[in-house]
Amino acid sequence: MSSGTVSPPRADYRLRLHRRRKFVNAVALALSLAAMAFGIVWLIWILWDTLTLGVKGLSWQVLTESTPPPNVEDGGLGNAIVGSLIMVLSATALATPIGILAGIYLAEYGQRGGWFAQATRFINDILLSAPSIVIGLFVYAIVVASTRTFSGYAGVLALALIVVPVVVRTTENMLSLIPNALREAAVALGAPKWVMIMRVTLKAARAGVVTGVLLALARIAGETAPLLFTALSNQFFSADLGQPMANLPVTIFKFAMSPFSNWQQLAWAGVFLITLGVLALNILARVLFRQK
Amino acid sequence: MDTAAATLANERIKMDVRDLNFYYGKFQALKSITLRIPEKKVTAFIGPSGCGKSTLLRVFNRMFELYPEQRAEGQVNVDGQNILTSKDDVALIRAKIGMIFQKPTPFPMSIYDNIAFGVRLFESLSRSAMDDRVEWALKKAALWNEVKDKLTQTGTSLSGGQQQRLCIARGIAVKPEIILFDEPCSALDPISTAKIEELIDELKHDYTVAIVTHNMQQAARVSDYTAYMYLGEMIEFGDTDQIFVKPARKETEDYITGRFG
Repeated sequence: MSSGTVSPPRADYRLRLHRRRKFVNAVALALSLAAMAFGIVWLIWILWDTLTLGVKGLSWQVLTESTPPPNVEDGGLGNAIVGSLIMVLSATALATPIGILAGIYLAEYGQRGGWFAQATRFINDILLSAPSIVIGLFVYAIVVASTRTFSGYAGVLALALIVVPVVVRTTENMLSLIPNALREAAVALGAPKWVMIMRVTLKAARAGVVTGVLLALARIAGETAPLLFTALSNQFFSADLGQPMANLPVTIFKFAMSPFSNWQQLAWAGVFLITLGVLALNILARVLFRQK
Repeated sequence: MDTAAATLANERIKMDVRDLNFYYGKFQALKSITLRIPEKKVTAFIGPSGCGKSTLLRVFNRMFELYPEQRAEGQVNVDGQNILTSKDDVALIRAKIGMIFQKPTPFPMSIYDNIAFGVRLFESLSRSAMDDRVEWALKKAALWNEVKDKLTQTGTSLSGGQQQRLCIARGIAVKPEIILFDEPCSALDPISTAKIEELIDELKHDYTVAIVTHNMQQAARVSDYTAYMYLGEMIEFGDTDQIFVKPARKETEDYITGRFG
């Protein structure tokens, strides 16, 4: 290059660069398409099997009748469905307020780097990634072992312990996304901090927080390990949380491992129902989040 | 400042700032600021970026207290009471000294509730009294005609200029005595800016107004008094006409004529 003037690059050089870029682009695109196809093949396979095998075992009885003994014609998953609903909803109802309050604390009061907020955040992260079987064993040790009975309460507690950190994290993240300008605007009108949080920032973050709760709900709907040690299962219909309680994941686990064809069929029906429920929750969460 | 004292001889003083120092952590952003802001007039603060004019405004309603590493020393006397050491709840002080920000910040609620939010904090009005107050505030902010048929829509559905007027209406609705504007037009187009400037001119009949602006023409257009700040110091305060036509200090003249900035 001569000093002082800048001459444009030669045309053939530009063309060569351009061709090379197009080639690299095509290769990268092909690789990412292949990766996507690999992932989606398994997903569709799983969904297809669930659908075909699940629908085959599905009937009105599945929803109304309780789990049958081996090798009989009748029977359904009614007790397990009801048990799962009771425990999953109770756990969410128990954990959501705790999680949201803790999330509010971390986002609105704990930003100043105090040791308490930092420790809470750290412990919450550990809890978030704790294997669910650890939580199941923990509740077994402190509740089941001391009350000397498997119970719905123990199941609710184990599931709630899984929900809390998820809700804490999403609430904190969603509140942190709210610009400080909105906080200042509320405070500038003379709003006390709690009014600012309840009426302005939490409201602005509402869609995200609700989405977090729904996704946590979807997650515990299929958790098996924490229930295996806590609620166990129940052959009969029971809405008494003080007793062992039937639930879908443990019933599926038990039935799928069995050699009896009617049990295996019901296991597939259960898998289908859970998948459907989780799918519905995810779609609901997406719709809610998009409304924002 | 003798000239300033002479300038304000005929005014009632609303805010009397004495020897105010302000720190962001260890950095001193305001150095011994002393000035008096007259009642029911518009006082503009100009100066290059980082000179401390927005910081000064954020001391006037104690907004800086939201951030723990920021601290102010000195006096900000409003009606003879130092608000920095006042025992009154800071919320009461902020209700009396409202603030409009650079970017419009409508709350995630209806236009009506945006206005009613602040009013409900300190007054419990009947439904019809609240309706009247909302209408009054929106009319004051020259927004009523554009939104009267859609008060239940969310505030975020409005255009940027309308949102800013909504924020002004929200600020007026709580009936403050002083309104602080922190570069209220910097995110707006010229037409919206003109509307807001007109509005500020209206507001000074009832309120004491302080405005920070980067736009010197705006300061010249809307204000009665102007303060020029540089590097955290108050360089010159005076009658707007005098500051723009015949500034007393060389630094002020250099800034206003564009030789420095």
